[in-house]
Amino acid sequence: MKFEWTFAWNVLPELLMALRVTVFATVLGMALAAVLGLVWTIARRGSVAPIALVARHIVEFVRSTPLLVQLYFLFYVAPEFGLAMSPLATGVLALGIHYSSYLSEVYRAGIDAVPKGQWEAARALNLCFADTWRLVIIPQALPPVLPAMGNYLIAMFKDTPMLSAITVLELLQTAKIAGAEHFRYLEPLTLVGVLFLALSLGSAACVRWGERRLGVIRPR
Amino acid sequence: MSAFEFIPSLLSGLGVTLALTFGGAAVAATLAWIAGLARMSHQGLVRVLAGIYIETFRGTSALVQLYWFFYALPLLGINLSAMVAGILVLGLNIGAYGAEVVRGAVLSVDKGQYEAATALNMSAMQRLWIVIVPQALIRMLPPAGNLLIELLKSTALVSLITLSDLTFRGMLLRSETLRTVEVFGLLLIIYFVVAQALVCGLRALEQRLAKAWHLENIA
Repeated sequence: MKFEWTFAWNVLPELLMALRVTVFATVLGMALAAVLGLVWTIARRGSVAPIALVARHIVEFVRSTPLLVQLYFLFYVAPEFGLAMSPLATGVLALGIHYSSYLSEVYRAGIDAVPKGQWEAARALNLCFADTWRLVIIPQALPPVLPAMGNYLIAMFKDTPMLSAITVLELLQTAKIAGAEHFRYLEPLTLVGVLFLALSLGSAACVRWGERRLGVIRPR
Repeated sequence: MSAFEFIPSLLSGLGVTLALTFGGAAVAATLAWIAGLARMSHQGLVRVLAGIYIETFRGTSALVQLYWFFYALPLLGINLSAMVAGILVLGLNIGAYGAEVVRGAVLSVDKGQYEAATALNMSAMQRLWIVIVPQALIRMLPPAGNLLIELLKSTALVSLITLSDLTFRGMLLRSETLRTVEVFGLLLIIYFVVAQALVCGLRALEQRLAKAWHLENIA
């Protein structure tokens, strides 16, 4: 059997529509992860020992268990507690929680790089906890970690096909349906691969450009 | 039925998960070395081929690769069993990331070491295997450990191409018992425990290598 260009051409518009769902889930998931990751980091840095301990263990647990199982957990468990969410909302939530654990580590590195004198100065100025973070630490810690966040954005984009397992009509799920309808998986699945490759190579180039702009040296 | 009674039935899938993890790791390590070294070759063509492999498998999604190998390849006349497809794809995918780890570690070896080896009249092969690799290997362990955990987590994907791994068992058990919270909770805990065991094992290996090679200062 050969690659049929006409069939590939016919399924392409459908796949491009589905790509919008993939991108949408990635962007929302990343926004959630960025905020939640910061919450973990601040909790781990805080002076309340039990909270710091719990936050550290949550991050460690989420980081070392598979996203797919977390996805199933949210999708099947939440309704039992009367929390009915759409598959897409569940997917975004799972992506956000999973990647918040990675971003928490990224933030930690950025915060460690803020000179100790800045903390002392904030203290000397009698800034409260919230102002210290909002006005002094975050503005200095965030720019250097933006490229690393960009890499995780690409990684999250590549994880969105998992959402097909909970029936979200994203790129992969649409390709599977198209494949089942015509009994041909070769063309739709190859197109999905090509689309992913094109978008991740494009975004990786953007991240590298951003790195140069920010004058960040790529860590080994 | 208490939740603990689910454990044996779940663990029956652990063998498949571990086989995929270690099989995938073996494939990935081999490919990582080949592609990582090829990426630094003096031959332009070798460099480009390694680059194509690395970018293709890093740039597309692991699940898409899995589907492609399992559902699309048979249409081109190549039939792989789910297990072979799983090990191959996980190995190819993680190997592409590993190639960058190998390259980074080899490049991080001090330049004076190359020069000293050249001054001692070592051949290119001797230089690589006697001087560079041992020093690079120890630097490679922490990032390689992270990749092993990524690999373990990625094995859950094979449940979607009908392999009866830990996650697949969990899905079966859930549909049989409808005890969703317990089943998926246990599943997460089992993955966590296996990941922690791997982390501990790697840390011990790291310390042993550092001690054996008197490389405490760089490890």
